[in-house]
Amino acid sequence: MNELSGYFRRKQFSRLMLVLCGIATAVVILVLIFILGYTLVNGISYLSLDFITQPSKPVGEVGGGMRDDIYGTFILVGLASIIALPVGLMAGIFLAEFAGPKAASAIRFAADILAGVPSIIVGVFAYAILVRPMHTYSALSAGVALAIIMIPVVARTAEESLRLVPNSQREAALALGISRWRITLGVIVPGAVTGIVTGIMLAVARIAGETAPLIFTALGSAFGVQGLAEPIGALPLQIYRYALSPYSDWQQQAWAAAFLLIILVLGINISVRLVSSRRQK
Amino acid sequence: MINNMLGQTVRIEAADPKHDGDKTTSKYALTVEDLNAWYGNLMVIQNISMGIGAQRITALIGPSGCGKSTFIRCLNRMHEVSEGGRVTGRVFMDGQDIYAPQVDPVSIRRRIGMVFQRASVFPTMSIFGNVASGISLARFWSRRRDLKDVVERSLRKAALWEEVKDKLDQPGASLSGGQQQRLCIARAIAIEPEIILMDEPCSALDPISTLRIEELMLELKKDYTVVIVTHNMQQAARVSAWTGFMLLGQLIEYAPTKEVFTVPKDKRTEDYITGRFG
Ligand SMILES: Nc1ncnc2c1ncn2[C@@H]1O[C@H](COP(=O)(O)OP(=O)(O)O)[C@@H](O)[C@H]1O
Ligand SMILES: [Mg+2]
Repeated sequence: MNELSGYFRRKQFSRLMLVLCGIATAVVILVLIFILGYTLVNGISYLSLDFITQPSKPVGEVGGGMRDDIYGTFILVGLASIIALPVGLMAGIFLAEFAGPKAASAIRFAADILAGVPSIIVGVFAYAILVRPMHTYSALSAGVALAIIMIPVVARTAEESLRLVPNSQREAALALGISRWRITLGVIVPGAVTGIVTGIMLAVARIAGETAPLIFTALGSAFGVQGLAEPIGALPLQIYRYALSPYSDWQQQAWAAAFLLIILVLGINISVRLVSSRRQK
Repeated sequence: MINNMLGQTVRIEAADPKHDGDKTTSKYALTVEDLNAWYGNLMVIQNISMGIGAQRITALIGPSGCGKSTFIRCLNRMHEVSEGGRVTGRVFMDGQDIYAPQVDPVSIRRRIGMVFQRASVFPTMSIFGNVASGISLARFWSRRRDLKDVVERSLRKAALWEEVKDKLDQPGASLSGGQQQRLCIARAIAIEPEIILMDEPCSALDPISTLRIEELMLELKKDYTVVIVTHNMQQAARVSAWTGFMLLGQLIEYAPTKEVFTVPKDKRTEDYITGRFG
């Protein structure tokens, strides 16, 4: 009898935990849907083709779009990728394939710390080493700041994916009398390419929405995209600025831009899912 | 022990049974002298010396963990890539010690190919790509046209051509286990080595595939020197000319296969082949 009641108690407890976990999961999904819905509802009046094809209008004039800021975001992400991909990938390859265990754990530790540095500090750093000496805010300094955020993410995900390639592959290639570098580039990297691409896309999604470092570096621009050594606009910057402005027109534009940014990041994440699930088949 | 650096025939004293190579040929493809190997501080190969006859199949048998894999990995300088792997001693090939300081291990591995226990097909490459990989990865650039002949020849030698000739562009990993192992053999042959080392190439295969690989080995010995590790004594008896019995890192007995299996000199060999242990 006692044993039986113990069984019921355990069963009830397990049911309770299941319900709690279900609620927590529902909260996660609801928050996402709420954010998406809320930004959509608030920004819908502005979401139009004009919004992405028109430049912004000066204060006081109604209308205008965020063409230049969207363009700016793409340029900044591109710049950051040009810097961060070679460095991050090579660091990841070095970590996984060439570093001794001691060096690897030291570098890995450093990369993890770098990945954990608050992005505003990265912004201040880029401000100090680039903006001040150049006497101007610039796309370049913003690209560098974003690259610093991107590098450890790319390096660590590349390393982890390369490590997943079984050692038997390396041995088989070595036994064919192939040099370590050719093995890495011809056998190991192709075997890890899904994971590497996933890591790159996640890193891009992460920096596309970064705002804090841009305040110190990109600044924003009322004159569109002018050059790498000039200030430049970006979606997150414009959201920040317009959302805090006293004009309801700008506030609505900020909502629309927020929706666009979420869709952009979501799109990247969904592509990541597609890329990795396609490979598994 | 005479060793001629000019690459002339190497003879080994017949008095020592371990040195007693194949008397019917005076030519050894490999001559091993005082070979020791370690993993970190663990010594797993102790003082092995033997001559491996050219264009013969030499089998190595012995219980699990006795060091067979480690030993043949020493023959193409693969042991040193294992963590903690260390080797002392000499292995002569054409009169040249492959462990001499000026020798590049990569060049040795191109002359001494290897087939592993688990077929290690490159999953990102096609059947064609796998066979050609030893060549294409060693070159800066190569055209498919230039590789076609080698790929066909290697696949034919590996007795796989008929089965795959119409699907060379399919992934290598799409083949069956036995086909994958023959693909690995074709890949090893493609770089035209002189010696092929096989570490339990059939232990993961079904009896039919095993038979095919054994036939293939007999075919290969016409052109190559083959060293095979096996824990299947019938297999050693079927294919090899000479058999070495290893125990706890030592080469206990090394003689013509018939002698090893009919009149073993050492009590431990006899115990092993009669199934009293191992
Ligand atoms: N990577 C390794 N690190 C440390 N010890 C190893 C390693 N590989 C094998 N050994 C040890 O070396 C000995 C010989 O192993 P191995 O050559 O694989 O034997 P066999 O092929 O005859 O089964 C065994 O005692 C095994 O435990
Ligand atoms: Mg073994």
